[in-house]
Formats: sequence, structure tokens, C-alpha cells
Amino acid sequence: MRESGEAAHGHHHGHDVGERLYIHRHSPIHDLPPHFKILSLLTFLIVCVATPIQNYWAFIGFGFLIFSLLRVAKLPVLTIAKRATIEIPFVVFAFLMPFFSKGERFEVFSIEISRPGAIAAASIIVKGTLGVLTAILLSGSTPAREILRGFELLKMPSLLVQIMTFMLRYMNVITDEMERMKVARLSRGFEERGIRDWKFIAGTAGALFVRSYERGERVHTSMIARGYEGELPKTEQPLVSRAMKTLAFLIPTFALAISTISGALT
Amino acid sequence: MSNPSLEITGLAFAYPDGNQALFGVNLAVEKGERVAILGPNGAGKTTLVMHLNGIHGAQKGQVKIAGTTIDTNDKLSLKKIRSQVGIVFQDPDDQLFMPTVREDIAFGPYNMGIRGAELDQIVNEALAQVGMSDFADRAPHHLSFGQRRRVAVAGVLAMKPEILVLDEPSSNLDPASRRELASILASLDVTILMVTHDLPYALELCTRAVVLSGGVIAEDSPTRALLADGEKLAKYRLELPAGFTVTA
Repeated sequence: MRESGEAAHGHHHGHDVGERLYIHRHSPIHDLPPHFKILSLLTFLIVCVATPIQNYWAFIGFGFLIFSLLRVAKLPVLTIAKRATIEIPFVVFAFLMPFFSKGERFEVFSIEISRPGAIAAASIIVKGTLGVLTAILLSGSTPAREILRGFELLKMPSLLVQIMTFMLRYMNVITDEMERMKVARLSRGFEERGIRDWKFIAGTAGALFVRSYERGERVHTSMIARGYEGELPKTEQPLVSRAMKTLAFLIPTFALAISTISGALT
Repeated sequence: MSNPSLEITGLAFAYPDGNQALFGVNLAVEKGERVAILGPNGAGKTTLVMHLNGIHGAQKGQVKIAGTTIDTNDKLSLKKIRSQVGIVFQDPDDQLFMPTVREDIAFGPYNMGIRGAELDQIVNEALAQVGMSDFADRAPHHLSFGQRRRVAVAGVLAMKPEILVLDEPSSNLDPASRRELASILASLDVTILMVTHDLPYALELCTRAVVLSGGVIAEDSPTRALLADGEKLAKYRLELPAGFTVTA
């Protein structure tokens, strides 16, 4: 059971899943309407990924572009660095590729290295980093709710948008519930010591699933009670200024120019 | 004379697993009345509530809202019924499913086809009615339990219901939130049906109380008279808080 009447602010235990990625700043990037931002950054990424890694000048250009955008969005460098660590497992994997790939080989410090492997690894790391930085730019400058609006305005199937909307709303409710179950476990002397205790954790997970499922049914009932017929209220088309359209258009265009020029040079 | 807000006759219902919850409920509630539905756990109170806007269809008997019989096969009339009967469920987290308070309150009227400035006005009015105007753009998760329940009430009021049905409105509220909600409910000009275990709350808000027991309406009397009758209370497993006595 939930404590009643807790103060509006005194309730959070640091988790605000869904909104915690957003960093509030005033910048042209923050002001971009979500659908334009998503489309612009997605196109930018497609251009990056489609550029062969051998055109390495292009990637210096892309890197410069994304770092400038992060700068304009005033996102703190330390936060960007921390969030970028999500990439590490992929980087580790990529580092192994030159050693295990087939194909033409060459020696560095008397270790045999595969050339295609090395190129593929460089490609994964560089393009992956660009992808991660772009994702950080989007999620740091756009509240989760706005990203969903963006998807909706981009005509993503309504059912998917609805599912994500509910995920955003109920993630917090479910993590709270999970937290309470954990406290209840601890209060009865549970101490996780190893694999033998996993069955209790599994039990909690099962109970959480059943509770969430039942909650889903109750939510559905209460939606029907207020006239739900399969659609959530639509977002009205926001007014988009010419300057915003230009900015959204310029980002991928810039990338495309870089890619084309570097292609012509090599 | 206008039709009663709610008229239930001979309503019976059994769940698919054979468990019968209602055995012929008869109840009429006049416009503007505030009625408490009392009864022990498992008496069928929630099942009854589910019949009031056609979430459960009547297997036997009928439910009329402002003179119109609920027909769960008639989609169009069901839509109208659901705008007339506003249900506030027990757990506000089940009811507040939209990302912000404003969007949540707009959900009902939007489904009724209201848009634009009119929608904004309805949302603002509903927020003002429950004293939550300052919280319009907050996420439900950022509100206290009492505030969430008030927003849930606002979401239903925004549909301008003929009858407001509350399932355990005072549960899990601290005394201050409980009192605030009571004064909000008392200020509303709408028929209220309130399912509750909280007898003092029923006494405070409703002049009339009915007892649902064994799937039928077993008592129907002024709330004060019922609560003053110790024998009846014991019979239906109803209890006033310790030290609390009501005189007829």
C-alpha cells in the first residue's frame, strides 16, 4: 500500500524513469519541434552510416557537426561522456574483430591483424559513436513525451505510439511497486547471497508481472469508462517557424555535403 | 417529473467462472441525491459499479440512466451512457494514464468529440473544481496520492456526468486529503453514488445509505438511522470507528 498524503515533492527516490534523460536548457535545438528534430537527426545518421569509412575526412566533418550541435544545445560535457559509456560493450567487441577476422593480414608489433577486420572495427566504433551522440542530443534536448508526440506527428502507427505512451506513464508506477516489494523482502530479513536466492527474486518478478497485467486490465476498464475507442487524443499540428525548418533541413544537408565532397576527394 | 438519475431493477450477474455476485438488485437514485452503498468485502459492490456504465452487461434485469436503458450491444448509446456516468475508480494510478494532468482530464471530453478552446475551458473548469489548477502540466507521478485522486475526480467531472460514482473515495487518504475531497464532493451539483467502508464519510456526505449484502440491496434508509442501529450494523459486518457513536 502506498503512503497517503505524501508531499508532492518529497516522494521521489531519484528515479523518474522516462524523463530523467531530458536536460532543460534554452537552445534552438531544444526549440525544434519534435517531429522535425527526429526526422532531421535520423537523416543525418543515415548519411553518416551510408558514407564508407575509408572517406575518413567525412567522419571528422560529421564529428565536428554533432559536437557543434551538442554545444549549441548546451548539454554538459560530463553528462554526455557518462551517457556515451553505454557504447563500451560494442567497442570491446569491435576491438576483437581485427584479431579474429579473415582476409588480408598485416603485422603491427609482430601481431597479425586482419585488414578488413580493422576497417570493419573502425567503422563500427566511429559510426556507433556518432549514433550514440545523436541519440544523446535527441534525448537530452527533448522530453520523452515530446519524442512520442514527434512519432505521432510522423504518422507512426497509433498503436505503437499508445504502447510507448503507457510505457512512459507506468514505468514509474511499476518501478515504485518493485521498490516496495524489495523493501518488503528486506524487511523480512531477506539478503541476496547468491544463486540459491534467485528463486525468491524470480517469485517477485512473477508477482510483479501478474500485478502489472491486472493493472493493465484495470487501466483499460477505466479508459473505456471515459469513452476510449482505440485512439488517444491527437496532437494538433504545431506551428513551425521558417527558422526551425531551415535548421532541421540544414543538419542533414550539411552532412550530405560533407559526405559527397569527401567521396569526390578520395 | 424528470427521470431518476439511476434506476436498477432486478439486476443479476454471475461471473464466467460461475461465481454469482448479484442476485436481483433494485435501486433508484433521484437526481441530485447523494447515496452511499455500504457492504462487507465481497458483497458485489464493485460488480454493481461495473454495471452502471455498461462495462458489465446486465444478464438479468436492467439498468437505466436518466431514463435510458443500458444496452451493451448498442455502441452509440453506450458512448452516451459513458459520458453520463462518471466512475472514479479506487486506484488513481489506474485512471490517470495520460502523461500529464491536463491531457488526462482532456481524455474523456476529447472522446466525446470536444476540441480546441471549448476543450481547454472544460479542462480548466474541472481542474478548478478540484483545486488542482496549479498542477495542470505536471505528470501524475509527481503528485501525492490525495492529489491524484482529485485529478481522477476532475477527469470524470470534465465529462459533465449525470451521475458520479466513486469507488472507495476516502481509501488511502490522510485526514486532510480526506476532508478536502469531502468538501469538493459536497460542493458538486451532481448525483453521487459512493461505494465505501468509511461510515463516518458516508454520514458526512450522504443522507441516504443502502447496504449491499449477499448480492441484493438489504437495507435502504437514511444514513444516520442506519448507523445508529447497532444490531443492523453487526448483521452486515459494518463497523464505526472505535469511540464513534451516532444517535438517530
